Amino acid sequence: MTEKHIDEATGVATTGHEWDGIRELNNPLPRWWVWTFYITIVWALAYTVAYPAWPMLSSATTGLLGYSSRADVKAELVAAEAAKGQYVEAVAAKSVDEIIKDDTLRQFAIAAGAAAFKVNCVQCHGSGAQGSVGYPNLNDDDWVWGGSIDQIYQTVTHGIRFAEDGDTRISDMPAFGEIIDATQIAQVSAYVASLSGGAVADQAMVEPGKTVFTDNCAACHGDDGKGNRELGAPNLTDAIWLRGEGESAIAAQVKAPKHGVMPAWGGRLGDTKVKELAIYVHSLGGGE
Amino acid sequence: MLNDAEVERLDAEAVNSAKVRQPLYAARKKIFPKRASGNFRRFKWLVMAITLGIYYLTPWLRWDRGPYAPDQAVLIDLANRRFYFFPIEIWPQEFYFVAGLLVMAGIGLFLITSTVGRAWCGYTCPQTVWVDLFLVVERAVEGDRNARMKLDAGPWTANKIGKRIVKHAIWLAIAVATGGAWIFYFADAPSLLRDFATGNAAPVAYITVAVLTATTYTFGGLMREQVCIYMCPWPRIQAAMLDEHSLTVTYNDWRGEPRSRHAKKAAAAGQAVGDCVDCNACVAVCPMGIDIRDGQQLECITCALCIDACDAVMDKVGRERGLISYATLNDYNANMAIATSGGTSTVDPRKVRGADGKMSHGLAHFHIRKIFRPRTFVYMGAWSLAGLALLYALLTRDRLEVNVLHDRNPQFVTLSDGSIRNGYTVKLLNMIPEPRTIIVTMQGLRGGEMTVTGIDQPADRSVAIQAEPDRLKTIKVFVRQPAEFIDGEAQTFKFVVEDKASFERDEYVATFNAPGKTK
Repeated sequence: MTEKHIDEATGVATTGHEWDGIRELNNPLPRWWVWTFYITIVWALAYTVAYPAWPMLSSATTGLLGYSSRADVKAELVAAEAAKGQYVEAVAAKSVDEIIKDDTLRQFAIAAGAAAFKVNCVQCHGSGAQGSVGYPNLNDDDWVWGGSIDQIYQTVTHGIRFAEDGDTRISDMPAFGEIIDATQIAQVSAYVASLSGGAVADQAMVEPGKTVFTDNCAACHGDDGKGNRELGAPNLTDAIWLRGEGESAIAAQVKAPKHGVMPAWGGRLGDTKVKELAIYVHSLGGGE
Repeated sequence: MLNDAEVERLDAEAVNSAKVRQPLYAARKKIFPKRASGNFRRFKWLVMAITLGIYYLTPWLRWDRGPYAPDQAVLIDLANRRFYFFPIEIWPQEFYFVAGLLVMAGIGLFLITSTVGRAWCGYTCPQTVWVDLFLVVERAVEGDRNARMKLDAGPWTANKIGKRIVKHAIWLAIAVATGGAWIFYFADAPSLLRDFATGNAAPVAYITVAVLTATTYTFGGLMREQVCIYMCPWPRIQAAMLDEHSLTVTYNDWRGEPRSRHAKKAAAAGQAVGDCVDCNACVAVCPMGIDIRDGQQLECITCALCIDACDAVMDKVGRERGLISYATLNDYNANMAIATSGGTSTVDPRKVRGADGKMSHGLAHFHIRKIFRPRTFVYMGAWSLAGLALLYALLTRDRLEVNVLHDRNPQFVTLSDGSIRNGYTVKLLNMIPEPRTIIVTMQGLRGGEMTVTGIDQPADRSVAIQAEPDRLKTIKVFVRQPAEFIDGEAQTFKFVVEDKASFERDEYVATFNAPGKTK
């Protein structure tokens, strides 16, 4: 275009671009817009100097202000730790009994314990602490080793059948498959099932089963079958079955008992965390 | 009869005239509105005093709510998520009251606009009010229109610099006060003022004041009419809101045209002469820089100052007031038809006057009855309905509420005696600024009993909870039902919460889960 084309209707110059007779008007941008645009360019350049921006071979430029999002996170974590510091110190200094009586401390311990539980315990006990076959449900009121806060604290600290801890809780039910015969196992299973009012296939087995029980089992589980927490012998008269209910599940456990192992958490997590965990577990509804 | 010699003619040009095609970008031409006086100006002073008074003074009003709540009458307590308005306290979940008020404001704006046009723009819009305030300052410092124009065109003498400094200093002071008043709505005003003055207030307070100072100073002092013309959407929306029955500031050219500066001479020559003496008073007072005689236009905020200016001139020349007036398009068209013999001729103002020179009786005038028409009835109805619904909701709303979350993991727990236990997180909302005892009771679920974590009492069907004033109280409830009463996988029962003192109650229907097959 040698000379400028002026649009007749608007009196505005066109850019010279034309498509099917339609021309593009060349209206100037508002001054404030243009200046804002220039300022954003200057801003962007200054920003890349002030903040980490340009990728180099091994890392990026660090920027004059020395900002880093990692440092931010670090600072926030330090602040968060500092914010709960007084509570953590109190939990560390006091006994679980004292903590549980202090409303604020108890709530702090439950929240902290819930978090630790979700990292360390859910793999076996489940995310709701509901357990499964072989792994105890921690919500209920049936405790093999006792459900008071001190007993739970002791269990979490030293574990169960955990060889590396000298104070660990140990109970070892013999494999009765090698001691009594199959008939006796069937009989004692029927008797044990009947203790909690469970279904028994052959009622005639119950009476002889009682004799087998008295001879072989009562030493740990008690004459009445209510168990013994000192020995870690479960209560057989209640509705809760760690390894499944019914005669066949009982028979399997009598014949070749399975023994769960829980690590000692005291050495791994430290005393404070274990206190928090114990208080959390105690709060789930079954605590004594 | 036409004393046009006495009328001061102003050399005013409508800088935002609709007649001149504006380039898409042009530097602003300054406007120097002349001081107007008259009924509308007085009304606008009154509206300004009321609206500014409400804005500046409201945070300082006190309202006693007892020892457990702030005593500021209007307070938006963002930190604690409470909104106080005199006796009313609103929790976040009750924000629908604010939404309802916004709905009412919207419909109200429709109603006002369909009846009296852009009254919001002309009288109560903060932009209009603050520009008016800033113009008062400008006039006080620099003088009225002519003095200001002279000063603006003149060289930068010490006098001019001094006046400008004084003007901008006062503007800035007003701007700071405006931004300052805003923050007092969000915290206890007296203590915030003390903290603010001593440098102890939160950074957000200083930032808010700084931003609002900048916007007030820029919009009210520097940009003025440009905010309305370029930035505000309302002038665009109003086109859809106005109809032929809406009152709007109108130049009645059916009696004004043909305008003449030499009316006597023209009349003597037997020519048609309108009432408009072309004195430009209406243009000179216009804060928007338009000529109302061009007709209705986007820039016009209907502040009616041109009516005051024109009425004063009409009084001087001995004509009836109302050459510029609030009129509806219908009335205007009817009168125009008379003046133009139904559109067959150009405007001849002699046709709207009788033989005695008085306005003829056939002319259409505004009457209050004209406001009442189906459209405004619908708006009024919708507005009243929204208002009544809000009032009903406000009067019947609960100040004691319960929300219940059933534990999902585990859904239920079998206990050693075979009974089933479910866990619930129960949230008690004590929404008054008083501590109270709330009785939580179970209804239904045969044989069921509950215990509350942290409350040392044996399982029961009812438990008393101490709730702090104006707070949410969360408790953990374990409900236990003996095996023999369990009736299905999911049973429903009620948590009933009661305040025995005030007889308020609320209830929540909860579900009790049990294993699918029972022995």
